[in-house]
Amino acid sequence: MTDCAIRTDGLTREFGALRAVDAMSLEVPTGAIFGFLGPNGSGKTTTIRLLLGLLEPTRGTASVLGHDTRTEAGAIRERSGALLEHSGLYERMTAEDNLEFYGRVWHIPPAERRQRVHELLTGLGLWDRRREIVGQWSRGMKQKLAVARTLLHRPDLVFLDEPTAGLDPIAAAALRDDLTALARQEGVTVFLTTHNLAEAEKLCDRVAVIRSGHLVAVGRPDELRARARRDRMEVTGRGLDARIAGLVAADPAVETADVSDGRLTLRLRDGHDTSPIVALLVREGVAVDEVRKGGADLEEAFLALVGTES
Amino acid sequence: MIADVLTIAWKDLREVLLQSGTLRRSLRGLLFSFLVFGVFLPLQIGPDLVRQPVAILPFAWVPLLLASGMVADGIAGERERHTLETLLASRLSDRAILIGKVVAAITYGWGFMVISAILGLIVVNVANPGHGLLLYTPTAVVLLGLFGLLGAGLVATGGSLVALRSPTVRQAAQNMNLAIFAVVLIPVLLLQVLPVDVRRQVGTTLTSLDWPTIAIGLGIVLVLADLLLLAAALARFQRTKLILE
Ligand SMILES: Nc1ncnc2c1ncn2[C@@H]1O[C@H](COP(=O)(O)OP(=O)(O)O)[C@@H](O)[C@H]1O
Ligand SMILES: [Mg+2]
Repeated sequence: MTDCAIRTDGLTREFGALRAVDAMSLEVPTGAIFGFLGPNGSGKTTTIRLLLGLLEPTRGTASVLGHDTRTEAGAIRERSGALLEHSGLYERMTAEDNLEFYGRVWHIPPAERRQRVHELLTGLGLWDRRREIVGQWSRGMKQKLAVARTLLHRPDLVFLDEPTAGLDPIAAAALRDDLTALARQEGVTVFLTTHNLAEAEKLCDRVAVIRSGHLVAVGRPDELRARARRDRMEVTGRGLDARIAGLVAADPAVETADVSDGRLTLRLRDGHDTSPIVALLVREGVAVDEVRKGGADLEEAFLALVGTES
Repeated sequence: MIADVLTIAWKDLREVLLQSGTLRRSLRGLLFSFLVFGVFLPLQIGPDLVRQPVAILPFAWVPLLLASGMVADGIAGERERHTLETLLASRLSDRAILIGKVVAAITYGWGFMVISAILGLIVVNVANPGHGLLLYTPTAVVLLGLFGLLGAGLVATGGSLVALRSPTVRQAAQNMNLAIFAVVLIPVLLLQVLPVDVRRQVGTTLTSLDWPTIAIGLGIVLVLADLLLLAAALARFQRTKLILE
C-alpha cells in the first residue's frame, strides 16, 4: 500500500469550453483529514466525481487507494464511502431501512449490520428515531444519517462534499464535532470539500485551496492562514483619506490600498519591506493609532488567497 | 451479482409498497386495482373466466400498468429525488442496479396479476355456486403465468429505456402510458378503419390459425424482445454518462 490515499497528476476535466478541473496535481496522505477548499463553482464536486470514477477525466490521471480511476473505479468504490452534494437518503423509507439497504449493498453480514447500525446511530444520537421516515427529518439529522451511511461499511477513504452546507450554525457545529470524533475513531482518510475556511481549519490537518479548477495553495491550515495574512496590512488613525491611499499605493510593496471608515487596508506584494509605508504616513501628517499586519478574519484571508490570481 | 440484484429489487419494492408518507394513497391505488381486476371484472365475466382463455386478457393490463409505474419510480425517481448519484458511488455495478430495478418492476406487476387472478377465481367460485369448483384451464395458467411474465418484462425493460430519458417520474409515466396506448390502440384503430370485408377476412384468418403454434411463436418473439430491450437499456445505463445528464 502506498502512503498516499489519493494522487492526481495533471488531472483535467472539461465541459465543452469550460475547464472545471485544470491540470490538478495533488497528494492526499493516508489517514489525513484533507480539506478541499474553494468557492462555489471552483470544481470541488467535479474533482470528487473524477476520483470516484463517476466522471472520466479529459486529461491526466488519478490514483485512489492505489487504483487507477479510469480502469479500476470499481475497486475504488468498493473501499470508499461518499456523502455527495445531495444526502442520497431515501426519504420515503425509515432511517433504519436506509442503513439496512446500504448494509446489504456492502454485503455486511446481518448480525454485524445490526451491531454497526446500532453503534453509529447511538453515537450520532439517532437511535431512538430510527423507525421514523427520513423525509420528515431536519436537514441536520439527515446529514448525520448520511454520515452514518457513508461510514457503515468501514471504508478506507470517505468523500464528504460540503457536508455542512445548508445547515444552521448550531447544526453545522454539531455535525463537525461528530465528523471529527468519527474520523479519529475510525481511522479513515477523509477528503472533505468546503467553501468555509473556518470549517477547514477546524476539521482538517491539510488543506488544498482551489480556484477556477486549479490549485492555489496546499498546506496546513495555519500555514495557509499565515501566508494569507502576510499579504495584508491595516492602519487605523486620524487623517487617513483617499489622497493618502493614493500616495501609499505608489509604494512598490503595495498592490492595492483602500480607505474606509478611517481605516487604511493594504494588500501587499511578497518580499518587500513595509517599514517605509509607516514613515510615509507619519510624514504626511497621519496620526497613526495602530498598524496591524494580517488582521484579516479567516474569511477575508481565504478570499485573499483565492483572489491571488484575479 | 445476484445478491446485488436482489438488494436493489428489495429496496425498490419496499420503497414503493411501504412508503408511509403516502401509504394510504398507494394502498388506495392498489385496492382499486384489486377491486377492478380481482372482483369487478370476474363478477362481470362470470364462469366464462375459466372457460374461455380470452376472458383473462384484461388481467394483462395489471402488469403493464404497474410494472411501468414501478420502473418509472425506480429510475427517473432516483434521479429526481437525487439518490441516484449516491447509489452510483457505491460498489454496485451498473448492471446489477439496472437489472435489480427491472426485476422489481416485473415482480410488482406480475405478482399483482397473479394475486388478481387468484382473487378473481375465488370471487367467481363464490358468486357462481351452482357450477362446481371452477378452475383455470392449464392453457390459461400458462398464458397468464408465462405471457404475463414476458409482458411485464417487456414493459419493465422498455420502460427503463423510457425512464432513462425522462428527467422526472411524472414525465416518465406519461411517456410510458403514451407508448403503451400506442402499442395497444394502433392495431385496434387500424382494424376499425379497414373495410368490412377485409376485417371479416382478418377475423376468419385469426380463428382458423393454429393457436398453440402462434403462442409458441409469440412467446419466442416476446423473449427476444425482452432480451433486446434489456441489452439496449444496459448499454445506456452507464454511470459516467448518467452523471452528466
Ligand atoms: N455536468 C456538467 N456539465 C457542464 N458543466 C458542469 C457540469 N458539472 C459541473 N459543471 C461546471 O463546472 C464548474 C465546477 O463545478 P463544481 O465542480 O460543481 O464546483 P463546486 O463543487 O466547487 O461548486 C462549474 O462552473 C459548473 O457549472
Ligand atoms: Mg459542489
